[in-house]
Amino acid sequence: MKLIELYSVTKIYDETIVPVKAVDNVDLQIDKGEFTAIVGPSGSGKTTLLNLISGLDQPTSGKIVVDGTDISTYNEDELINFRLHHIGFVFQAYNLIPVFTAKENVEFIMLLQNISKSEREKRAIDFLDAVGLKDRINNFPTELSGGQQQRVAVARALASTPSFVLADEPTANLDSVSAESLLDLMEKLNKEHNMTFIFSTHDEKVIRRAHRVIQLRDGKIEKDVLMN
Amino acid sequence: MTTYIKLAWRNLWRNKKRTLIAAASVFFAVILSLIMRSMQKGYYDYMIDSSVRLYTGHIQIHGKDFWEKRSLEESMLFDEAVMHKLKENKNIIQILPRLETYSLISFGIVSRVVQVTGINPDLENEVTKLKDKITDGSYLNENSKGILLAEGLAKLLNVNVGDSVVLYGQGFHGISAAAVIPVIGIVRFAIPEQNKSFTYLSLTFAQEHFSAFDRITSLSILLNDANEIESVKTFLKNFFDDSHEIMDWAELSPELVQSIQIDNASGIIMLGILYVVIAFGIFGTIVMMTAERVKEFGILISIGMKKWKLALVTTLETIFISFIGVTAGALVSIPILLYLVHHPIPLTGETADAILEWGFDPIIPFALYSGMYFAQIWTVFAIAILSAFYPINFIRRLKPSVALRG
Repeated sequence: MKLIELYSVTKIYDETIVPVKAVDNVDLQIDKGEFTAIVGPSGSGKTTLLNLISGLDQPTSGKIVVDGTDISTYNEDELINFRLHHIGFVFQAYNLIPVFTAKENVEFIMLLQNISKSEREKRAIDFLDAVGLKDRINNFPTELSGGQQQRVAVARALASTPSFVLADEPTANLDSVSAESLLDLMEKLNKEHNMTFIFSTHDEKVIRRAHRVIQLRDGKIEKDVLMN
Repeated sequence: MTTYIKLAWRNLWRNKKRTLIAAASVFFAVILSLIMRSMQKGYYDYMIDSSVRLYTGHIQIHGKDFWEKRSLEESMLFDEAVMHKLKENKNIIQILPRLETYSLISFGIVSRVVQVTGINPDLENEVTKLKDKITDGSYLNENSKGILLAEGLAKLLNVNVGDSVVLYGQGFHGISAAAVIPVIGIVRFAIPEQNKSFTYLSLTFAQEHFSAFDRITSLSILLNDANEIESVKTFLKNFFDDSHEIMDWAELSPELVQSIQIDNASGIIMLGILYVVIAFGIFGTIVMMTAERVKEFGILISIGMKKWKLALVTTLETIFISFIGVTAGALVSIPILLYLVHHPIPLTGETADAILEWGFDPIIPFALYSGMYFAQIWTVFAIAILSAFYPINFIRRLKPSVALRG
């Protein structure tokens, strides 16, 4: 089942003197349940491609369909709403809300979705339990290790019950043990809940585990490989 | 909403120093603007009070047209029973009957036109402290047949206490009013115009001299609260018909009103400059707070937080900072202002001497009114809140993909 479809998508940044073609006529389909890594050197267009898929940026040309909906024509408010209900984000630097506890961070995304307080609390605890942090629910981000913070970020991403999770260099700031542990968790969620994960990464550990690796160069897909 | 309030409140304390600096700028703004305004209002009150006590009173009652014509023909009968009834009004402290006219005064070959005021010596002294202004000779009593001359006038005439002057003029109904009157005292006035032209007789002697028996030209009324002028004027209308005019100090001293208005305008300009400085102080902090959190805003919008909700959080932060500063400033300023109201700042040196010469106390007075107090608090609060528009506008224009790059 196709979850994400890109048709002849091009993104040109023309704010600079010399316009930059960050994504060049890309056609791509990602199915539900994939565990896909987008790789490539710096400047290859990884982040731009993720931004386009997530609606953080609009394509200069082409069409992006997510969950059967063409988001290329959405306005800003519609895109925010779309992200809230369809995408879970995991960032390189965790980017939790520093003044909220782990539980409050996970709850917050559900608050934005207008989920009732009791339901929010229950689900936040369940998700934190799922990422192995049930005993740290009342800790603030500064009281957690990098790996634990990234687990909270995963719990937050999952809390909105998204169609897929976009993870931008999720292991970049983690030591190898924490990174492997996080990837174990994500793999487990992918297998058990059929949750789609799309990574932008340089990390070999992530690439080794990915079921599909899409390599970009100069804004184009250079390789698209299904792994065993 | 509770979560947004919690988020905004906790955000404030992520950087305690910055929040405290921003709140401190609001705090000092409230205190400074209140002290500045209190000083201005105190000065105006003091000017009005001094002027009122020096001569005019808060309210004067004249015969109709007297104020314009200054003629004894517009004088009125003095009814002591009415005066006692007026004193029953709790807002009235004192009532001074006066008979004022102009006359020619001569000594030797020198003559001058002077203002002659017939006064009740004891009542007059109670209010205007005329006795304290005596520099030579003695003060009047109710039965005095002598005259008090202003010091400058005495010098012009070359008159000393014990000499007699000729007072020649027109009395009531055009009757000639001429007499040789002994000088019993010299009084010094700080205002040069008064010092060159003022003379005083006892009221009974003045009425006799000007053949204006039982008549006065004005009743000068002193109140215990200047804010009660209108109510007292209404009260007075029960006793004085249309053949009288009831005027308050502002009508009697339009030049004082004008000088206060001019000074007030310049004071408001100064206050405006203070507000601008305050606004930039607060605005600078808000700009910093916003600039430091571009990436954070980008993240929140990325994960699905609507921009208006994010703007609500930043606005709440500004409101909290403003509220902390304003509340602290308002609370701390109350004892400061109360102290200053009851302990005006004394002036010393040449400035003090000059002010004393003019018959005023050498002090910087302060006043405290609830209207003034809350007006300043709300103004500073409003200025602080205006700063919230910066992050609102910033968030409105923010592109999350750009913000995420930091």
